[in-house]
Amino acid sequence: MDIIIEGIKQAFILLFTLDPEVIGITWLSLKVSGIATLISLLIGVSVGTIIALTQFPGRRIVISLINTGMGLPPVVVGLFVTIFLWRNGPLGFLEILYTPTAIIIAQAVIATPIVMGISLAAIQNLPANLRLQILALGATRLQMVWILIKEARLPLLAAIMAGFGGVISEVGASIMVGGNIKGYTRVLTTATVMETSKGNFDIAMALGIILLLLAFFINAILTQIQQRERPR
Amino acid sequence: MNSEKSTILEAKNLQVKRGGVSVLDISYLGVPEGEVLCLIGPNGAGKSSLLLALSCLLKSSQGDIIFRGKRVGANYSLSAYRRNLAMVFQEPLLFDTTVFENVAAGLKIRSVNQNEVKRVVEEYLERFGIGHLAKRSARKLSGGEAQRTSLARAFAIRPEIIFLDEPFSSLDAPTRESLMGDLELILHETRTTTIMATHDQMEALRLSDQIAVMSEGRIMQIGPPAEVMNHPVDEFVASFVGTETILTGKVIRRNAGTFSVSVAGREVEAVGDASPGESVILCIRPENVTVSTGFSNEITSARNVFSSVVKKIIPSGAFYKVELDCGFPLVTYVTNHAREDLSMHPGMDITASFKATAIHVIRKKLLSIPGE
Repeated sequence: MDIIIEGIKQAFILLFTLDPEVIGITWLSLKVSGIATLISLLIGVSVGTIIALTQFPGRRIVISLINTGMGLPPVVVGLFVTIFLWRNGPLGFLEILYTPTAIIIAQAVIATPIVMGISLAAIQNLPANLRLQILALGATRLQMVWILIKEARLPLLAAIMAGFGGVISEVGASIMVGGNIKGYTRVLTTATVMETSKGNFDIAMALGIILLLLAFFINAILTQIQQRERPR
Repeated sequence: MNSEKSTILEAKNLQVKRGGVSVLDISYLGVPEGEVLCLIGPNGAGKSSLLLALSCLLKSSQGDIIFRGKRVGANYSLSAYRRNLAMVFQEPLLFDTTVFENVAAGLKIRSVNQNEVKRVVEEYLERFGIGHLAKRSARKLSGGEAQRTSLARAFAIRPEIIFLDEPFSSLDAPTRESLMGDLELILHETRTTTIMATHDQMEALRLSDQIAVMSEGRIMQIGPPAEVMNHPVDEFVASFVGTETILTGKVIRRNAGTFSVSVAGREVEAVGDASPGESVILCIRPENVTVSTGFSNEITSARNVFSSVVKKIIPSGAFYKVELDCGFPLVTYVTNHAREDLSMHPGMDITASFKATAIHVIRKKLLSIPGE
């Protein structure tokens, strides 16, 4: 029991004294996962929307692949990103393995199918005639797509939450492609794993609490927007 | 067709196929500028498909759409053509924003400047009686308010042609009535060319300059309401436009200006020209049949007087629909007042009469294979 109380005490001391190392790790986590989510939004929303609005042979197979991708295990992503970025791998010349950029890439790969799958469903769930109504109002194709995305903004917020939530809490890929290098690629999850294995439960718990608070605040803000905008 | 009015929209050899099956087949349709054309027909007759094909929102398998003499897709681009149109569907399909922003949507798509948007939107909010709802979220509207918003959004872009696809179908009767009244007024003021699909012939009668009766993707008859109502070209149109009594018989004799038809062993006299031996269809609208209990020889101008038995009395809104048996079935309408006066009840004997001129005759010969 002592271990837990001591851990919580230590955690709050680290938090409130603004321990530079803890702050650094937190900031890196936020930055890496934030950028990865942003990339996944750009790709996921646009591709998801295109698939939702077009008919082509093999469309169903593509959709089931995306849906499968929503549950992609981070270690598998970590493995493949590592292979690609390995010194003599296909993208080895970039020399970015064990850098924050590598973590961003891996996390973007994890978040993209999640965002894509939710966007696709969100756009498909709009009334079938809405597209025709928008075109009948004189919209160009681009204007129509933009209006549809605006109409689906609430489920799209859920896509952001799911994407960000998925990558900020992910550890497998980050440790494989980032290497948990102190002061460089060490993020909240990888640091927690390391401190736990070293038996430093207090620091591990501090990091865990920060991770939880972070996830909570980001989701609270988005939920706030979502609920304010909710019909009725 | 009326030669004084120019034709704003034409469709030639328009065909739409879905999965190899033809859902629309229109050889020619011309819409005069400023007129209201109502498409009526049962569900699945192709009314919506025709609206979508005319507005080029549904790809047609073949055929041309011609707007003011210009072929859409050839010497007139699709996007330029669509900017002349507006559409209102059965569902209001409002955007998840305020009523004001909804009505402004078409104008904003056209990059109209802000002051102008505000002015036009306010004008149309007022016209459709929803000015007080401007700031309300479109999700918090009643069915009638939502459809008013949808109509205001369509009219605010001041379209040259407005397409209405069953706009009142999901509204309750009083809401429908008041909205239809407003629409009637606005159409009268703006003289916007309108093509409206409906399955309600009363709506069509009230709003239209022309009615097109559709079935199975084809236009069966098109013309002014009175013509379609009183002179249906075939049995389908007759039954659809509310002719309750449709009888088949054989011409037995030709008289001066009239002819006699044998229907279930009784003789009915109709106006027109038909040769003995010919099969004809007689259409009698219920409002043209009168009933009385007097067996007197009172002088009546009606040529057709039959003793009959009341089979059924069905309340039907403001009046009663009465099914009679004169050897052949005959349907009439009576008011509640008349029903009480005659103390009408099923099984009673009653005299039914209708004029020879009240019968619309469809000659079977005209319905047979063309070229014969």
